[in-house]
Amino acid sequence: MLTFILRRIVQTLVVIVILSYVCFGLMTLMPGDPVELMISANPRISAEDVTRLREFYGLDQPLIKRYYTWISDISKGELGYSRTYRIPVTEMMGPALTATFILSITSLLFSLIIAIPLGIVCALKPNSKVDYIANLFSFAGISVPSFWLGIVLIIIFAVNLRWLPAGGYQTTGLAYENIFQELMDKAKYLILPMVSLSVQSIGRFSRFTRSAMLEAMRNDYIRTARAKGLSNRVVIFQHGFRNALIPLITIIAISFSSIFSGALITETLFAYPGVGRLIYSSIIGNDFNVAMVAFVVSVSAVLIMSLVSDILYGVVDPRISYK
Amino acid sequence: MNPVVEVKDLETTFFLKSGPFKAVNRISYSINQGETLGIVGESGCGKSVTSFSLMRLIEKPGLVTNGQFLLNGKNILLLKDQEIENVRGGEMAMIFQEPMTALNPVLTIGYQMDEQIKKHMRLNDKDSRDRAIEMLQLVGIPSAKERYSAYPHQLSGGMRQRAMIAMALSCNPKFLIADEPTTALDVTIQAQILELFQSLQEKMNMTVQFITHDLGVISEVSDKVLVMYGGQTCETGPTQDIINSPAHPYTAALILSRPQHGQRVERLKTIEGSVPAPHELPQGCPFANRCPNVLPQCWTHKPPLETIASRPDRKLACFNPLPI
Repeated sequence: MLTFILRRIVQTLVVIVILSYVCFGLMTLMPGDPVELMISANPRISAEDVTRLREFYGLDQPLIKRYYTWISDISKGELGYSRTYRIPVTEMMGPALTATFILSITSLLFSLIIAIPLGIVCALKPNSKVDYIANLFSFAGISVPSFWLGIVLIIIFAVNLRWLPAGGYQTTGLAYENIFQELMDKAKYLILPMVSLSVQSIGRFSRFTRSAMLEAMRNDYIRTARAKGLSNRVVIFQHGFRNALIPLITIIAISFSSIFSGALITETLFAYPGVGRLIYSSIIGNDFNVAMVAFVVSVSAVLIMSLVSDILYGVVDPRISYK
Repeated sequence: MNPVVEVKDLETTFFLKSGPFKAVNRISYSINQGETLGIVGESGCGKSVTSFSLMRLIEKPGLVTNGQFLLNGKNILLLKDQEIENVRGGEMAMIFQEPMTALNPVLTIGYQMDEQIKKHMRLNDKDSRDRAIEMLQLVGIPSAKERYSAYPHQLSGGMRQRAMIAMALSCNPKFLIADEPTTALDVTIQAQILELFQSLQEKMNMTVQFITHDLGVISEVSDKVLVMYGGQTCETGPTQDIINSPAHPYTAALILSRPQHGQRVERLKTIEGSVPAPHELPQGCPFANRCPNVLPQCWTHKPPLETIASRPDRKLACFNPLPI
């Protein structure tokens, strides 16, 4: 088990290095580099200055060499400065990561809390009215683009009803008296982005739970469990759902990446200060250092989730043993 | 003496899109204390559906549409869902055909046994564990203590079937239904399991309903036999008598189609054709389309199940039986 985890961590690191190299290469293909930004900021800059600056920042070096410099700095913990905000990237990443993490996790939990019971109910009464209605809403949920849904939510709940704020992270200028007040205030800002981010995964998870559960309940051991005189509740949860969990875990882990990347659009839409918005604004603003770090962080989060799901597999399914 | 098990006019119908189909059509039999009834028939004749009906494990679109099942005088078919849970796995238990799939792969053997023991015997954790290990030892599982915490995939097919038997017997059932318990096992293991089965039955004085398509197995384990075809009884009576002198053409055909020990034949005899599809069942005798002795009336009239005059312990449903 331990060697398996270690091997997977090494694999994960290799994937991160390869992906970051690809991304680094793509970044250089983008129009505009830092020096061009300086030119546009100061039109009187001379051609000699430009050459000197390019040399100074190492932009005249070949791609592989620049990448090497970047990654060795990164591994030493020097993430560089944001060109737009003139503060270290580390200072920007911390709060952004926390915000995105909170948004993704609450959205994941929220969708699971709704989707799993819904999927189980549908699986126990397949082709019933409840199943058809749930099916309809699930497909609607899967099909609706989150940016459109986000806008609709803002129009209804923020603009027309004025129940919730349209965007942001917390009420500006408000000094919190206690932690409870702080939580309540931040929760208010979290609801709309969380819901718009969750609708798709609710649809997807409930359909997957339904099919995994239907599959599990068809097995012979369900009949054995009933023949032993176990109550319906025990048969459904202990024998049915335990087995349905195995395929579900993969789906959830894979979906976490789409929730994470879905956060990019949602965060931008709701002006929510997370990694997604950071990536967006840094790419638009040619802020390479920030963009690269944010990118590596997102990739790592997704890869770590898939590692976690592999480990969880071994926990739920005793037939899987890691060597 | 009253029989432990009395089944009267049992009828189970499946409401399919193509119309209702009686998988079990008015079957009646009784089993005395300590006796084994073998139910024989080929695939699709309604043997398993009969057992599931008794266990109340028939699911939609199937439904028990008629009949009584008295277990020590109590009509099981009328029990409420809550009450049936207390009977299943307690007074009445069942062993299934496929030991590979009948155990839950993600729970240990011990856990799966404990669930049942705790439910019916109301024991605490430790006593229930002791009981489970005792049962595993009783069915001849070596190093039962280690096997208690093993998962099903860590056991061989034969061991899993032993564990299934241990589980079924753990709460001292009065009536046991064994649905082809040896079919999925290879021949040497089959013999071991049958031997174990018989010794346990004697020890616990259990009443057993043994389902199989294998007449060899039937002649070994059962006192009485009931031959089934198309959801109906063809004939029933003492096992040895029926195997030595079958009266129903279907029974005779079943006996002829099994390999004889010490005889080399070019080709095994088979019964021509196959069990007719639900909507193709003849109006009269269900076996009419495959029967070598078929008479015109067989197509139009159902032969009634009647006692054979010369053999008062045997019953037969045939217009044109073989001489016995």
